[in-house]
Amino acid sequence: MNVRVLAFARLRELLGFGERVVSVPDGTTVESLFARFASDQPELAALRASTRFARNGALASATTEVRDGDEIALLPPVGGG
Amino acid sequence: MAHDEQQPVIALSAAPLDADALVRAVKTDAHGAVVTFLGTTRETSPGDPRPVEALDYEAYDAMALAEMHAIANEVRERFGPLGIAMVHRTGRVALGEPSVAVVVAAPHRGAAFDACRYAIDALKSRVPVWKREQYRDGATAWIANTPS
Repeated sequence: MNVRVLAFARLRELLGFGERVVSVPDGTTVESLFARFASDQPELAALRASTRFARNGALASATTEVRDGDEIALLPPVGGG
Repeated sequence: MAHDEQQPVIALSAAPLDADALVRAVKTDAHGAVVTFLGTTRETSPGDPRPVEALDYEAYDAMALAEMHAIANEVRERFGPLGIAMVHRTGRVALGEPSVAVVVAAPHRGAAFDACRYAIDALKSRVPVWKREQYRDGATAWIANTPS
């Protein structure tokens, strides 16, 4: 199945994309999706604790299973204002 | 339009913010108080001596707009019927320019001040917007908000 991954700010810079469609196996969680990107990027892995996730525009816990067609956003600590 | 049916003005803007236009958009004859908060870009961050040249903002647009609408609804539940505008800049913002505007128009000043404070605090802690400082020496850094 395919999910669209959005990345912002420092996470976007480290990943090298702001938006990408990726193919993932059934049973993939938000956590395992992040881990897949972070596996060969220690700097990204170091930001896991401060990263929050959204699934289809709503905050989602790391244990959330992703579904085909989902939009999964990787959110660094916000800095608005 | 009755003031309790007034729609909030919620936007992300790549163009400079116009606070006067926001006041005109939210104020009705039912309102006796208007509080405007402008967050402006500052030359230095706490604990960092490097002078800032400009700031770059990016947003998760759909979620940021939804979250600002949610905050506007909370504000009305807590502080009663009022007019509210919340607009955040995106893109490059020059030093000293407003990056965010919150305007609240209410029947009386107490609710206007309280609602404006609630709205900007909630925005800064919850709305998915990110800020990168561009320093005069060419370096950059993403700056997260500290819990208020």
